[in-house]
Amino acid sequence: MITFDAVTKRYPDGTTAVDRLSLEAPTGEITVFVGPSGCGKTTSLRMINRMIDATEGKILLDGEPVQGIDPPTLRRGIGYVIQQAGLFPHRKIVDNVATVPFLLGWSRKKARDRAMELLERVGLDLSLAERYPFQLSGGQQQRVGVARALAADPPVLLMDEPFSAVDPVVRTSLQDELLRLQAELNKTIIFVTHDIDEAIKLGDRVAVLRVGGQLAQLAAPKTLLSEPADDFVREFLGRDRGIRRLQFVPTAGLPLRTDLTVPEGHDGTADEPWLLAVTPDDRPVGWISKDRPGQLEQFGTFLYGQDPLRSALDAALLSPSGHAVAVDETGQVAGVLTRKALDQAMMEAADG
Amino acid sequence: MTWLTDFFGDPARWSGPDGIPVRMLEHLEFSVLALVLAMLIAIPLGLLIGHTGRGGVVVVVSANLARALPTLGILVLFVLLLGTASIWPVIIPLVLLAVPPILVNTFEGIRGVDPELRDAAYGMGLRGGQVLGRVLVPVALPLILLGLRLSAIQVVATTTVAAYTGLGGLGRFMIDGFATQDYSSVVGGSVLIVLFALVVQLAFMLTQRVTVSPGVSQRLKIR
Repeated sequence: MITFDAVTKRYPDGTTAVDRLSLEAPTGEITVFVGPSGCGKTTSLRMINRMIDATEGKILLDGEPVQGIDPPTLRRGIGYVIQQAGLFPHRKIVDNVATVPFLLGWSRKKARDRAMELLERVGLDLSLAERYPFQLSGGQQQRVGVARALAADPPVLLMDEPFSAVDPVVRTSLQDELLRLQAELNKTIIFVTHDIDEAIKLGDRVAVLRVGGQLAQLAAPKTLLSEPADDFVREFLGRDRGIRRLQFVPTAGLPLRTDLTVPEGHDGTADEPWLLAVTPDDRPVGWISKDRPGQLEQFGTFLYGQDPLRSALDAALLSPSGHAVAVDETGQVAGVLTRKALDQAMMEAADG
Repeated sequence: MTWLTDFFGDPARWSGPDGIPVRMLEHLEFSVLALVLAMLIAIPLGLLIGHTGRGGVVVVVSANLARALPTLGILVLFVLLLGTASIWPVIIPLVLLAVPPILVNTFEGIRGVDPELRDAAYGMGLRGGQVLGRVLVPVALPLILLGLRLSAIQVVATTTVAAYTGLGGLGRFMIDGFATQDYSSVVGGSVLIVLFALVVQLAFMLTQRVTVSPGVSQRLKIR
């Protein structure tokens, strides 16, 4: 657990970057620091591994004040990932990953073996190990950055806007990868971002900081969206707060209709305005409208019971039928979530 | 062309205290000595101020001032002050000449390393000296070597002028040649000096290839 106890950072010119910040980042969870620029989120992060020293207050690592630990020793025990990955350009990928093990005096073989293991773990092809950083794409470099931070198996990981310099598609895959890794590793992670969507996606808990380095709210993402503490948090969360909340509403247990599916090539005659054509092995093909029977219309799917209600809504909006197709892990149709059932679910979500 | 064959074909040119091998060695000795002394002064100083970031302005300004000094003037001044009994009146101006490019390039090389990289190095838990030695120097090496190469070329060229003071080196062939209207000596000497400078260039190119990481020079093709 990382504890901030009334931590203040004041610069000699009088500006206060962090103002009496008190919070706890529980062991094995991702705590996200989010806020506009100038809110002291990066400063707060960097005070944990003493890249910056706090002016007042205490930061405790499992109860031990970091201010009492020699900075290089402290840092070797804390993983650190930064925006541009910060890989050493003159070293091969495998040696970059093995940086901290080398510092800790591991044998060359052990350090390199460990590095290879981690490259695999972060989803990189092992043929990249003998290359140099400039030969890798931004997304690959960032994965190497994560592997390097994990090399000595530190219990704590500090991530300073690690994914903000890559394009949105790569960013999404890196975020998913981080969540997958975290499910295996259970590190105590502090993650800094200015992107509230990223914060909500990744955080077990999100600390919203306001300019001047004050904590505006610390809460689980769902709580943050449903009960913002004040106008600043509300505004920072931005528009679509209601829709984003649906991200946290499960689809498990929603009533599905199974009487709307018909085999491919059906003539469309039925009492229902829309019927879902499926292949013989129950994969969706398209919607058949009563008014245009010869034509297949677009459909949207969501993974029933795993995707949140937001995905179901999205799936419904993708189709002229207004219904969402629920599928299971194998891609087979589990049933149809009708617009009516969706409306009901959203009403209940708004109440709860 | 006959001047060249006269010069290089004459067996007498290849022996004795004023023969080509001896003059060549003298040239090499002065150049290497001056360059090594300059390195001993400029590299540690450049690393120190580049790494700590303190005193940078002073160094750059004074190095640029030093560059403006007329080497020949200083040479003559030192020879007048110290005489020609030792080689120091020649070596000292050469060192003064060689220090600024090495110092400025070392300093700029270290200071110019991407701050993110420096940050990452400290963040991994490297200590100050390790950051300098294991990250900053390897990354700044192309610039540091460039400074050395510029200095070396200048020193080699200026050592030629040093012959003017009565000391040895390849410049003697030109100075003495002009004095005695022996133009084969002038031409032969200048060819030797050009060759000498080319060899120095080549030596530095090889050094660069061997010492600079392919990851820094980006010499490998991106696959």
